[in-house]
Amino acid sequence: MPRVVIPVRCVKTDMRMPVPDTPTIARRQQIVGALRRIVPDGVIADEAAMRPYECDGLAVYRQIPLVVVLPSTVEQVSAILRYCNANNVKIVPRGAGTSLSGGALPLADAVTIGLGRFNRILEIDWDNRCVVAQPGVTNLAITNAVQHRGFYYAPDPSSQIACSIGGNVAENAGGVHCLKYGLTTNNVLGLQIVLPDGEVVRVGGRHQPEGEGYDLMGLLTGSEGLLGIVTEVTVRILRKPETVRAMLMGFASNEAAGDAVAAIIGAGVVPAGLEMMDRLAIHAAEEFVHAGYPLDVEALLIAELDGPQAEVDYLVERVAAIAARCGAACVRVSASEDERLRFWAGRKAAFPAVGRISPDYLCMDGTIPRRRLAEVLARIRALSEKHGLRVANVFHAGDGNLHPLILFDANRPGELERAEEFGADILRLCVEVGGVLTGEHGVGVEKRDLMPVMFDEVDLEQQQRVKCAFDAGGLLNPGKVFPTLHNCAEMGRLRVSGGQLPFPDLPRF
Amino acid sequence: MGDPLIATDEASARDAIGWAVSEKTPIEIMGGGTKRALGRPIQVARGLSLAGLSGIEDYEPSELVMTAWAGTSLAEIEATLAANGQRLAFEPPDYRALLGGAADGATIGAVFSCNLAGPRRTAAGAARDHLLGIRGVNGRGEIFKAGGRVVKNVTGFDLCKLVAGSFGTLAALTQVTFRVFPIPEAEATVLVIGLLEQDAVAVMIEGAQSPHEVSGAAHLPAGIAALSGVSAVGGAGRAVTALRVEGPAPSVVHRVAALRRCFAPLGEIEVLEAEGSQAFWREVRDVTPFAGDSRLVWRLAVPPAGGAAVVAEVGRRIEAEAILDRGGGCVWLATAQKAEEAAGAVRDAAATVGGSATLIRAPEAVRSHADVFPPLAAGLRDLTARVKRAFDPLGLLNPGRMYAGL
Repeated sequence: MPRVVIPVRCVKTDMRMPVPDTPTIARRQQIVGALRRIVPDGVIADEAAMRPYECDGLAVYRQIPLVVVLPSTVEQVSAILRYCNANNVKIVPRGAGTSLSGGALPLADAVTIGLGRFNRILEIDWDNRCVVAQPGVTNLAITNAVQHRGFYYAPDPSSQIACSIGGNVAENAGGVHCLKYGLTTNNVLGLQIVLPDGEVVRVGGRHQPEGEGYDLMGLLTGSEGLLGIVTEVTVRILRKPETVRAMLMGFASNEAAGDAVAAIIGAGVVPAGLEMMDRLAIHAAEEFVHAGYPLDVEALLIAELDGPQAEVDYLVERVAAIAARCGAACVRVSASEDERLRFWAGRKAAFPAVGRISPDYLCMDGTIPRRRLAEVLARIRALSEKHGLRVANVFHAGDGNLHPLILFDANRPGELERAEEFGADILRLCVEVGGVLTGEHGVGVEKRDLMPVMFDEVDLEQQQRVKCAFDAGGLLNPGKVFPTLHNCAEMGRLRVSGGQLPFPDLPRF
Repeated sequence: MGDPLIATDEASARDAIGWAVSEKTPIEIMGGGTKRALGRPIQVARGLSLAGLSGIEDYEPSELVMTAWAGTSLAEIEATLAANGQRLAFEPPDYRALLGGAADGATIGAVFSCNLAGPRRTAAGAARDHLLGIRGVNGRGEIFKAGGRVVKNVTGFDLCKLVAGSFGTLAALTQVTFRVFPIPEAEATVLVIGLLEQDAVAVMIEGAQSPHEVSGAAHLPAGIAALSGVSAVGGAGRAVTALRVEGPAPSVVHRVAALRRCFAPLGEIEVLEAEGSQAFWREVRDVTPFAGDSRLVWRLAVPPAGGAAVVAEVGRRIEAEAILDRGGGCVWLATAQKAEEAAGAVRDAAATVGGSATLIRAPEAVRSHADVFPPLAAGLRDLTARVKRAFDPLGLLNPGRMYAGL
């Protein structure tokens, strides 16, 4: 099954997090007592019992929370946030804990709120083609609930058997199908949210909203738990395509594979998925799951085409012709559903496969313009030599989302630090060529200190002023996303030079 | 209003808003001016035109992404895309005929600022779903950027979503980066003639639930169908329900045949090919049947299955003519000019199914006093005001355009 396994065994303690507030920690018993009054059967205060909450999918960073609370009603979530707001206690929201960027990393002086008990699908509305679910429902459970009538939920992050729909909203999760079907943000119709002061609000609904005020749903999606806690999600479901076929295409160079990607897209074909693996990833995956991948190529493309049968047959021929023109060494088309799944098995198992050939690895997540693909791969190779660490490349080539896996051994002194430096170099490279720091994993703590590479101070302050509009006290998930925490009142101040024209060249208007 | 300030580059847009900040003078942000009659009228002494801040900055067709300065005309962008076999998939409407006024075309900045989309919204999303990155000037007179130039990006808050549909009340957009899509090889529209509204909605639901990837679903009652310039629709003499499919030619042929088989038992079937199909959906997109009269025009966003019920509910209280678009999820209503009575009937009906209503066309006097956008729930009103202040602390940018006092 597709599953993200992070075999990192080491613990890092030097991530610069906000200094824990000693007075808050000193009144821990009082806070635990107050939370027990709100959720009598859902407070975990024993250190050993809190251990499973000490990290998320980015396991290099660990911290035992102040206390864990597991509410099961919206009223409880609201009461917890009201209490924390009134008593100046920080909060870290947590879904299934599969974040790869440390979004759910606990803080020593913060309450971790786990939404795992919100695990029910509330309604399937077939006529309006949507599902109303509580935030702790897993991504795959939504598809499982509707597939008997031929429907599915499109975003499919590789952690989909474990990750929760609420966490998907917080992180704006993607997956292999977002080239054609969009990210979480394009598939959410409505949210119920508890704001940091405990107020419960609804945005959107079961319709495509129009003119209903600022798009708070769009803002909240991908806000990494900094603006509010999602307590209900309405997502649209799609009819499963009539036919799905996958193609394997091997190339003698990354450049040729990159050209093929550009040529496929340029020809007007939008595949449901278009993935690329480099030599190291191909070999690791093939040894692990025996997917039948060619081992004599430098790069492998997996394309998935879906839709009506007539369309898929037609597009398969077109893509095969394009691949041949780009010098493909081999092109294979799945002839059965079994074969299609086998084509995907290697790609879906690529992370654990790499885990087998290296004691540890770091998974990076930058996005670049597709046209720079071959160039970026060449420069990653050069960086690999510079840092003395191997790298396997697995990525969503269709939308330029790279997942370089940096191989290292944490037992060797200094290797983790070198791996992190290598990772940071890759992300800087992504930004340099016109891309971004993160395509689908989120900023969290992992990429927090790289934010200034992409955004200047004004950009970051604008985002933080929006944070202040929701959470003036800065209590919700502090230390994530933003490298520097500013005081809201300070940032809100406006220096106005009253009455005089600050721009002497104004007459040009 | 005095002559508008004219920004010719990003720095001059910043200087203009910086001047407004120093003078504490509210300012109206304008592109081509085609949508000035949409929303509440703004009472300010100065306008700032961004129409001169124009040009396509970056376009590589194989990236499926374009970056353009906000004042670039939609016409120029669509022509450039078409020359490369691409388009804006969200089908931005042209409301010039509907709203009257401006002769010049819309700018791309305004298309995103107003988050307008056409019949393909159900399949392809709205403008907000296609906006990847922005540059703009906030109400503090600062140039800021958000998002990026790639399709997949979760770096920082998605301020693009906030700015899309904010009608220039948060920032003056100076540059937008957005997704573009290939124009499908072929399109065709299957018409089912003579259905009642509730049966039409059932047909549109069945179409949407089918694997045939319907990219447009609309229903025109007999009186409105008769106004169509497309002969198969205008001459039908009865109500027309339309389902569009797009894609490679063999796929379109296959799906048209499948839809025809599916719905032939319900009514007479006609098929619009290529130009006929395009012309028909342009009429639906631009709400052409309601252009050229003086009734109030409302746009309701509702769960699609509730479309017919909403029309019936409004009809019980006031006289109204309806077009159902987006499979029933978007209801266009034309009502007589008794604004208060109409607002009550229309907003109540939308609320019965959990939807909302926006007053798209009304005389300025009506828009100055009545709510144009759906009134905000109490908890959202304060939050909305705080979000506005986060961008525009002095309330200088398009004050009151969306809500009185905001």
